[in-house]
Amino acid sequence: MAAIYSLYIINKSGGLIFYKDYGLAGRMDTNDSLRLASLWHSMHAISQQLSPISGCSGIELLEADTFDLHCFQSLTGTKFFVVSEPGTHHMDNLLKHIYELYTDYVLKNPFYEMEMPIRCELFDINLAQAIQKDRVAYLGR
Amino acid sequence: MAPAVPRSGDAIFANVERVNSELFTLTYGAIVRQLLTDLEEVEEVNKQLDQMGYNIGIRLIDEFLAKSNVTRCVNFRETAEVIAKVGFKMFLGVTATVTNWDSEGTSCSLILEDNPLVDFVELPETCQGLYYCNILSGVVRGALEMVSMKTEITWVRDMLRGDDAFELQVKLLKQVPEEYPYKDDE
Repeated sequence: MAAIYSLYIINKSGGLIFYKDYGLAGRMDTNDSLRLASLWHSMHAISQQLSPISGCSGIELLEADTFDLHCFQSLTGTKFFVVSEPGTHHMDNLLKHIYELYTDYVLKNPFYEMEMPIRCELFDINLAQAIQKDRVAYLGR
Repeated sequence: MAPAVPRSGDAIFANVERVNSELFTLTYGAIVRQLLTDLEEVEEVNKQLDQMGYNIGIRLIDEFLAKSNVTRCVNFRETAEVIAKVGFKMFLGVTATVTNWDSEGTSCSLILEDNPLVDFVELPETCQGLYYCNILSGVVRGALEMVSMKTEITWVRDMLRGDDAFELQVKLLKQVPEEYPYKDDE
């Protein structure tokens, strides 16, 4: 049983640039994942506007009966979010780590075009390792 | 979970993988040399270096944010300090000092006493108009643009031109609001 169902990365204009699912639950086809990404992007933006206190940075966690959605937005506007089992608590660290992997293996790849879909093998490999490690830590808990 | 603690430039610099600094210096020298050969005009080389720096900066900023754990700066003064103390240290291995603030707090100077890019460089007569380190100004401009600050960066002092330090004037032109451009149906 995986703690994480899927991972999404959205660029600053709301386009889905990376999607991967882990485990069998909550799989989505391409259209649905694109739709979820742009929807989340808008909801995130609306939540900032709705906040009664200024300086809100948007939704960080969405809790539902059957899943949690943890979101991290970098100061440059790229959003990383994972859909996970309800009640998983260590996702901030994982998202932060994924952000670091993104800066190392995506942004530093000279052939990666900014804001475009991510197709970088090194990123995939390192991401898989990070998720695996996270899963081991989760099971060991 | 407690938020990640911001790390100092020294701590990050100690942790990153490094190459021989001479390889870095010589590679940069080779690039500048090749640009001079290709573009012929010194002015064009300055522009090209700035553009290259810009392209680096817009990517580098994310690494900087990811690894330094800095949070949003409250004002431009703090931004300048962070660039000088953390940013320069992290990527160039030297720190800069921030001075010459104007009264509105929108313009300041970053002073580099030491600059690994110019370790072996002497500007020849024919290249007097060259800003050899123009890539650095491009990097800073690109990086700041990605966190919604439009800046204009100029070299005030240049050791290759006989000054006693490198001085980079950073001027904040405008801060682009991060709100989405919501337009009602007009």
